[in-house]
Amino acid sequence: MSEVRFTDQHEWVRLEGDEATVGITRHAAEQLGDVVFVELPQAGRKVGAGGEAAVVESVKAASEVYAPVGGEVTAANSALEAEPAKVNEDPEGAGWFFKMKLSDKAEFAKLMDAAAYQEFVKGL
Amino acid sequence: MSMNNQGRPSQPGVAQDNDLPTISGDRGLDLEARLIFEIGRGGVTGVDLPDVKVDDTRLGGVRRKGAVGLPGLSEPEVIRHYVRLSRQNYAIDAGLYPLGSCTMKHNPRLNEKMARLPGFGDLHPLAPRAATQGALALISELMNWLTTLTGMPAVAMSPKAGAHGELCGLLAIRAAVEARGEKRNRILVPESAHGTNPATAAFAGFTVDEVPAKPNGHVDAAALKAKLGPDVAAIMLTNPNTCGLFEGEIVEIAKAVHAAGAYFYCDGANFNAIAGRVRPGDLGIDAMHINLHKTFSTPHGGGGPGAGPVVLSERLAAYAPLPLLVSDANGFRLIEDRDELPPGAKPFGRMCAFHGQMGMFVRALSYMLSHGRDGVRQASEDAVLSANYILASLKDVMSAPFGDGPCMHEALFDDTFLEGSGVTTLDFAKAMIDEGYHPMTMYFPLVVHGAMLIEPTESESKESLDRFIAVLRGLAEEAKAGKRERFEGAPRYAPRRRLDETAAARKPVLRWKPDPLPQAAE
Amino acid sequence: MRYLPLTPDDRRVMLAKIGAPNIDALFRDVPREAVVPLTAFDLPETKGELEVERALAKLAAKNVAAGAVPSFCGVGAYKHHVPSAVDHLIQRSEFLTAYTPYQPEIAQGTLQVLFEFQTQVALLTGMEVANASLYDGSTATAEAVLMAQRLTRRPKAILSGGLHPHYAETVETVAGLSGVVTRAPVTPGAAEDIAALIDNDTACVVVQSPDVFGLIRNLRPIAEAAHAKGALLIAVVTEAVSLGLLESPGAQGADIVACEGQSIGNGLNFGGPYVGLFAAREKFLRQMPGRLCGETVDASGKRGFVLTLSTREQHIRREKATSNICTNSGLCALAFTIHLSLLGEEGLARLARINHARASALADRLARVAGVELMTSSFFNEFTLKLPKPAAPVVDALAAKGVLGGVPASRLMPHETAAANLLIVAATETNTDDDFAAFETALKEVLA
Repeated sequence: MSEVRFTDQHEWVRLEGDEATVGITRHAAEQLGDVVFVELPQAGRKVGAGGEAAVVESVKAASEVYAPVGGEVTAANSALEAEPAKVNEDPEGAGWFFKMKLSDKAEFAKLMDAAAYQEFVKGL
Repeated sequence: MSMNNQGRPSQPGVAQDNDLPTISGDRGLDLEARLIFEIGRGGVTGVDLPDVKVDDTRLGGVRRKGAVGLPGLSEPEVIRHYVRLSRQNYAIDAGLYPLGSCTMKHNPRLNEKMARLPGFGDLHPLAPRAATQGALALISELMNWLTTLTGMPAVAMSPKAGAHGELCGLLAIRAAVEARGEKRNRILVPESAHGTNPATAAFAGFTVDEVPAKPNGHVDAAALKAKLGPDVAAIMLTNPNTCGLFEGEIVEIAKAVHAAGAYFYCDGANFNAIAGRVRPGDLGIDAMHINLHKTFSTPHGGGGPGAGPVVLSERLAAYAPLPLLVSDANGFRLIEDRDELPPGAKPFGRMCAFHGQMGMFVRALSYMLSHGRDGVRQASEDAVLSANYILASLKDVMSAPFGDGPCMHEALFDDTFLEGSGVTTLDFAKAMIDEGYHPMTMYFPLVVHGAMLIEPTESESKESLDRFIAVLRGLAEEAKAGKRERFEGAPRYAPRRRLDETAAARKPVLRWKPDPLPQAAE
Repeated sequence: MRYLPLTPDDRRVMLAKIGAPNIDALFRDVPREAVVPLTAFDLPETKGELEVERALAKLAAKNVAAGAVPSFCGVGAYKHHVPSAVDHLIQRSEFLTAYTPYQPEIAQGTLQVLFEFQTQVALLTGMEVANASLYDGSTATAEAVLMAQRLTRRPKAILSGGLHPHYAETVETVAGLSGVVTRAPVTPGAAEDIAALIDNDTACVVVQSPDVFGLIRNLRPIAEAAHAKGALLIAVVTEAVSLGLLESPGAQGADIVACEGQSIGNGLNFGGPYVGLFAAREKFLRQMPGRLCGETVDASGKRGFVLTLSTREQHIRREKATSNICTNSGLCALAFTIHLSLLGEEGLARLARINHARASALADRLARVAGVELMTSSFFNEFTLKLPKPAAPVVDALAAKGVLGGVPASRLMPHETAAANLLIVAATETNTDDDFAAFETALKEVLA
């Protein structure tokens, strides 16, 4: 059983047990345009909620990807290094960035659900 | 009568479509050039030199073992190659080059000739003092022009470009703050600033705090003042700003900045609008770089070299970097070491080896002497007049985000007029290429959606401006009329169609490499 | 004014179209107290071309050009013969008066030149990737140190005592802000034991070869020592022609190379503009400063070139950029590329050998002068002499005799008492046997 939440910085996070998978939203991928490069965190790195965890670059922009929740990075999607296009093709699936072990579930609960995020994007 | 039926036909015939591929890949005067690595080979050279043998006794055991891998070409091949390449470039000499923020004005050839006089072009930077008096006198004269035009007491000449000048100014500010025994780490930068401003502030070890722009394109002076505090070292403000507007509240801003104990850095990229009319020193500015390659016409050269001397106020003059130019009874002298400093001098360090972009100094002074103070002022006025003429002539068909003007030396438009047309700023710019123009600066400043920043400079005749205006009007009307085909595929008539920047960035190929050897047949 | 096409009539018509009564109305946002009359500027009025030419030629004539007399100055700026084709080509309007190639469809000329330049620099330095140039060798060195600090996340840079003092001061000015810059002792004519200074906080060691005294350094053991401690080796070269005869820094294990490219294609120009060559290992690409040109294809499938990986740069990354640099040294890089294309493999190798042979012959000749000692056992085209008295007044006396006899080490390092009598002398393909004889004679007279 998994649940997906969203941030106002356009990250999504899926929680399965205490493992969180993080990526950027479809909206963010569309705004960035063709992704050409991602820089991923190493497993073992500890990062607080809102901390810089990864970088995503298109031809015209470079953006930090923030950790939606605090915890320890357990894995990174190294397939993106060779094929950054996956971020555009399947941002909320195969284009995930990293997984982390969540330290505080309350942080997750505070994030937007899909409906709230859709509303948020409409208001931009 | 005698008949000659062997001669060539003299009728032009019927023009055919020009999409027939050629056998060569070239098309008339559009000539392709392969890479030198693909045309070069062994056993040929473009320079005749004797084949001297040397032994290894004085080479420290590190004589080169393998080849470098450079191709060999004869002189005619090299000339043909680079002439062909040159013809794939747009240039100010060939047409109007309205790149906002870049000041693509005419580059007088006299300046090139002067910089190549052996006394300047063939002068060693560490030649003895007696052998360099003319060069030092030239630098001194240029310094006098720069300090007089800006109303500032001092100038640091060594910065090699605008961004290097920004760094020089901020390092002087850092030294001044430290000399007061204070810790100030924050620099205020408007969101409309050139990217070099925040990058330089970070480079110089400061943190960057953005100041918003007001809806009328001016910096929000109230927001700026509210952000001032005991940890603010300086503000970096471009004036005239990147929206092409003069910051009318600048004197008031300067007073507030100084009252808060901070310094006022001005990005002088747009000095061409006000040179000879307004002295930055009168506005309360503490440091400003001057892009000699913009305002004073040293050629851009396809991306440098530039030169970015920095004028400094009384409060910062003592911190100017080495070397310092001084004069005494024996003439001019460069002070290159801290032990020889004149009283009060506290240089923060050194920006680069030697003494700055001398080749650019000669060109800039040649430009200044040619113009004189009257010509410098007239040039600024003509630049501002031409930009306003473009704004006035296009504002009914394009959209000017900040109303009816006046603007300074650049006219800013946004993409509101393209709304619903399916044509983007990028498409519009690329269509200009087909019309024989270099596009304007696009998507900058960031505070305007789909920005198009047009800087005609003073170098265009009225006829040239009218023609440019007519073309932009035509394009705007076609875009609004939904004729997208002119824009979507543009450019059609350039040496290349649109290039795949995504592919270039995803799998970077940054140098030529020989093809891998073919696999030996089994 | 000959550069201004608008006539008074044009200006009137344009103002009318704008709806402004006069030019002052366009400056209405300027605070009244900041508007000054023309007379506020104590500067001359406009001049014709002939008058400007006279004024500047007069100043030029007060200088002694390197080509006008026997000249032996080096130390980071070298007099070489530049083939006529180079200056002809770089003065073509399409190269000279183009901007940075922001619109690649109409800037393929500049872009392809940059691609060729990057390839040449990578080959010459023995590195995998090179950028489209920086301002000069000294600022390239400073950028290399900052890059090493970012890559290793360590604060300390150790500079060899043989690094050009101007370069060392340039590095200290920027890399000392957030890190620590340590200078090894100056050891004229010898290599210091820099490996002993490397510790676990060391981001990089910076070693110039040939060093400021002309001595050729063996970089291999330094690279090994640096790598063993997790530090990087930055190799600095101030005489690019030396790379035609000496093993490349890349082959000796350097991680980043910063090189002054002036020697190839560019004149002395009293110190600038020059061209900084910057090359590195491919794995460090994302942390490189400056512009990069890359190959791609256009919409019709033709090969073309674009500026790429710009997200490292200030116009996109702003305060998070790898450097604040915006421009490169485009036209100087073009001159470098054309000259090196003319030289080719064989031409460069011959030019380098000639330079070494000329300097070797001059060193032998001057070392025979009574009281003069050759300090550098190995060198490329520049060596250091120990004179029996302070070198600075000797250089002035030589200049009075019409010989620019090198650079006194004390000009660059006045605090080094051991350097007071040292004279750094360069010889290139431009120096004739007659130049050598004039130098020898003058030196004997001055030292007598």
